[in-house]
Amino acid sequence: MSVKFSKDHEWVSVAGDIATIGITNHAQEQLGDVVFVELPAVGKKVAKGGDAAVVESVKAASEVYAPVTGEVVEVNKELEGDPALVNRGAEGDGWFMKVKISNPAELNELMDKAAYDKFVASL
Amino acid sequence: MNETALKRTILYGEHAALGAKLVPFAGYEMPVQYPTGILTEHNWTRTSAGLFDVSHMGQAFLVGPDHATAAAAMEKLVPADIASLKPHQIRYSQFLNPEGGILDDLMITRSAYAGYEGWLYLVCNASRKDDDFAHIERHLPAHVKLQRGADMALVALQGPKAEAALAEFAPAVRDIPFMHYAAVSIDGIEAHVSRSGYTGEDGFEISIFDKDAVRLWQLLLANPDVKPIGLGARDSLRLEAGLCLYGHDIDESTSPVEGDLLWSIQKRRRNEGGFIGADRVLKEIASGAKRKRVGIKPEGRAPAREGTVVTDAGGRQIGTITSGGFGPTANGPVAMGYVETAFAKPGTAIQLIVRDRPMPAQIVNLPFVPHNYKR
Repeated sequence: MSVKFSKDHEWVSVAGDIATIGITNHAQEQLGDVVFVELPAVGKKVAKGGDAAVVESVKAASEVYAPVTGEVVEVNKELEGDPALVNRGAEGDGWFMKVKISNPAELNELMDKAAYDKFVASL
Repeated sequence: MNETALKRTILYGEHAALGAKLVPFAGYEMPVQYPTGILTEHNWTRTSAGLFDVSHMGQAFLVGPDHATAAAAMEKLVPADIASLKPHQIRYSQFLNPEGGILDDLMITRSAYAGYEGWLYLVCNASRKDDDFAHIERHLPAHVKLQRGADMALVALQGPKAEAALAEFAPAVRDIPFMHYAAVSIDGIEAHVSRSGYTGEDGFEISIFDKDAVRLWQLLLANPDVKPIGLGARDSLRLEAGLCLYGHDIDESTSPVEGDLLWSIQKRRRNEGGFIGADRVLKEIASGAKRKRVGIKPEGRAPAREGTVVTDAGGRQIGTITSGGFGPTANGPVAMGYVETAFAKPGTAIQLIVRDRPMPAQIVNLPFVPHNYKR
């Protein structure tokens, strides 16, 4: 199972045709204390680069973009009652949604861990 | 804004050493948060004591031959009753334009310093201070002068443990009533200590000379009950307390009556007028304003931010949110904004258009968190 990263600071972990998606640890550090997460409805079609979720810190609201195209098959209900889980476990328990991938080729356009770390260091 | 043009307060080095995240604010490079983060800083201020650098704010003196003369000059510029201020007393007021819109809000203190009886001490917003000072100077009579504060710093110590923390060095601060000041020595540092603030908590705003600022900052932070607090928590604290942020909740288009600041216009001034902008203010006092600043409580957990459209049940726009976010002490979203006066009554059901969808909300009384002032 490989983990890929987007320039918008989402991560994607792929198992079969299901992608688990969240925001990176770097993203949660930049946001600060997360106080609200708005997740898409199960069944929603998301397009690569399009709006998929919203994450809000005390200071501001930020869009979470879909790093791949597909259909939302599950969302992390834990985040509704405990949005701070995004801060505690951004790249683990703080995942946002699972998407059934419709175009696996899109994964090739994402960065691997080394490339993402280099990208963050360049910001 | 050109980053090279940003100014720094005398405490900049302290913020950097504490690991603060520094951001441009009102032309200054200011700490928005320290490493613990906004939520922790907010809660710390509500339960213990928070120390804020507010040295970017404008400090100045209106200097007259006696209080009556200085007060009369000031009363041309603000709707508050300045003549009746007692020595040591502080009042909140606003500079108004001729149309009754708010140019800035400020604190005005009557000096009791020997030899400075005709002096008023003014504290205004950093973003507006240059314009404020020019505005004051344009309207002063010959025998009253504006003197800008030179080499002066300002820090705020706020929270239920602020009194104990400051009294450790200056026991006399225990006896300062809310909205009054005393001149005290804090471990040898000459300080002008006002019992006031911008958090809804008890606390002090401490004016000192630049040369003493770092030592005072470090002295107060040596107390484990005191932690540094950035502008992020300052904003969530004042929003929960229902206090206006200039440029957001009040500006040149809003009047003090619309802004629900009528409490800051004392009876004599309401009867007599005689200040710039009085035509509109007195008219709105007599016959009401078209819109009013109100507290807005979104239902659910989603915050509604500044600029959010407020509608009635039928979807017609009746107002706009001017400050909105998450209230850590209120433990949920909180907001304030302007609505048509017919909808301003607490309990009125409204809708907020968040991400193109209507979200239910209610008009509520301010503040969201009860004030904890020492009266």
